[in-house]
Amino acid sequence: MSSEALSASGIRRITLEQSKRARVGHIGSALSIADILATLYGGVLKVETPDDPDRDRFILSKGHAAAALYAALHLRGWVSSTELSTFCADGSLLNVHPEHALTGVDFSTGSLGHGLSIAAGAALGARLARSTRRVFVLLSDAECNEGSVWEAAMFAAHHELANLVAIIDLNGQQALGATDSVIRVESMADRWIEFGWETVEADGHDVAEMTRVLSSFDYGAGAPHVVVARTIFGRGVSYMERQLKWHYLPMSESEYRQALDEVTSAA
Amino acid sequence: MRAAFIETLVELGERDRRILFLTGDLGFMAIEPWVNRFPDRFFNVGVAEQNMVGIATGLAEAGYIPFVYSIATFASLRPFEFIRNGPILHRLPVRIVGVGGGFEYGSAGTTHHALEDLGVMRTQPGLTVIAPADSQQTRTAMRRTWDLPGPIYYRIGKDDRTTIRGLNGDFVLGRASVIRRGKDLVFVTSGSVAAEVAEAAELLAARGIQCTVIVVASVNPAPISDLVDELSRFSRVITVEAHYVNGGIGSMVAEVIAEHGIPCRLERCGVRRGPDGRAGSQRYLYQQHGIDRASLVETAVTMLAPV
Repeated sequence: MSSEALSASGIRRITLEQSKRARVGHIGSALSIADILATLYGGVLKVETPDDPDRDRFILSKGHAAAALYAALHLRGWVSSTELSTFCADGSLLNVHPEHALTGVDFSTGSLGHGLSIAAGAALGARLARSTRRVFVLLSDAECNEGSVWEAAMFAAHHELANLVAIIDLNGQQALGATDSVIRVESMADRWIEFGWETVEADGHDVAEMTRVLSSFDYGAGAPHVVVARTIFGRGVSYMERQLKWHYLPMSESEYRQALDEVTSAA
Repeated sequence: MRAAFIETLVELGERDRRILFLTGDLGFMAIEPWVNRFPDRFFNVGVAEQNMVGIATGLAEAGYIPFVYSIATFASLRPFEFIRNGPILHRLPVRIVGVGGGFEYGSAGTTHHALEDLGVMRTQPGLTVIAPADSQQTRTAMRRTWDLPGPIYYRIGKDDRTTIRGLNGDFVLGRASVIRRGKDLVFVTSGSVAAEVAEAAELLAARGIQCTVIVVASVNPAPISDLVDELSRFSRVITVEAHYVNGGIGSMVAEVIAEHGIPCRLERCGVRRGPDGRAGSQRYLYQQHGIDRASLVETAVTMLAPV
């Protein structure tokens, strides 16, 4: 188990280490959400143990960034170093996309557009059970291309699921280009406001600001909440920032050393 | 079967508060007994079947047993990936209720004919698939399966009047029901079209041909050993289904014959043509696709004729 304090730079470093060792991509997407996960797992999520039925739930709906989630779960002490080092190995539960069979993962994801519906059901279930637990779900901006996201958005607003928080990782990048060139997502906040959600825009790389925003919500009554988190794809590694190829490519040896230097010196 | 379904659900709902009922905005003149009895455990999620299954997944993880309800095509095919990645992958007790399989929504047209739902659902090892043939069997099947730990697809008919003679509400998971015994030929069928098969067997008996009729309501797990035992006694079997011939009961019987080396010739009666836009009553469509009682009699006579 890890004795290292949970931090965004720790999540980034582990993401780079594991992605390099496993020779896999999706690094840019994972770096994009490192600060959001540090905010959630560093204090916002109320989870004493990952099997407590009354814990807050978290769904990484943009499942392709799971490397960053495994890093956070490791830093919380729920995934051992040995387990962590099986990332993408034969027979591992730590795949490119997360599986709920792994301790600490509440729901399996990987197919975009499923997470918000499941989160809405989990939030409704908590309300029916008169539990104060909350449900957090992290979506990508391009994931909002999926119609099911808006089905769930309408349902959650209609039922005033105040114990539900969606965070949109607004990094402006999707699999084949910038969101501006594929399907425009400008005025993302306005869209959620129109759908009846309490909507806040924030710097998705500012842990203090994200923590403040998430602490300001009324989880007991009223509309569901969404944080439109402005982020930079590949954040923390200069040559990866806003560069589409880091949705796909593994790092070379020299790229890895530079990335690790930048991430650890920023810590 | 629809009324029997909702009555049984109310009965189960009285016993277990974990049961919830969700609809995709369908069920007028059918679901009212539940809505009136348990308004706090009823959710109309609107016309959004994918979301309905996603919500049910979250509810089931929270300890509830959600039943989600729509017309069979919309309940099974539209949210199929949500079913696969939700309750099946997470092994959660979501119950998907598809109403009106086959041609039960006859004149509503092609979009409302569930002709592949059983085939699609049967591909999933983690999903129990149940297709009762009449109201009594619906009641028994629900009472015996509602609290299974994993997900279930129930394909429920609309017809509450027809009773399949000899079935007597029999249902055991993983078993088949033999509703008639005869030595010349065996029919294997599933769902409300079993009524046509039962009538065809009567008409054949009048012509001196004695048939065994097997009703399969437990589609997954399939009644493998029952089928092996029964088919081993015959040289000819006819499968009958209001479904495409590929993927459903005909395919199931073909798999059993091939995998167990049973020397039994198979004739699969079901839908073989793609849609051409023409619809009509269930009776008309049964005739068009050779699964009405008269066509089944002809098929049996032809199959038994010496070559």
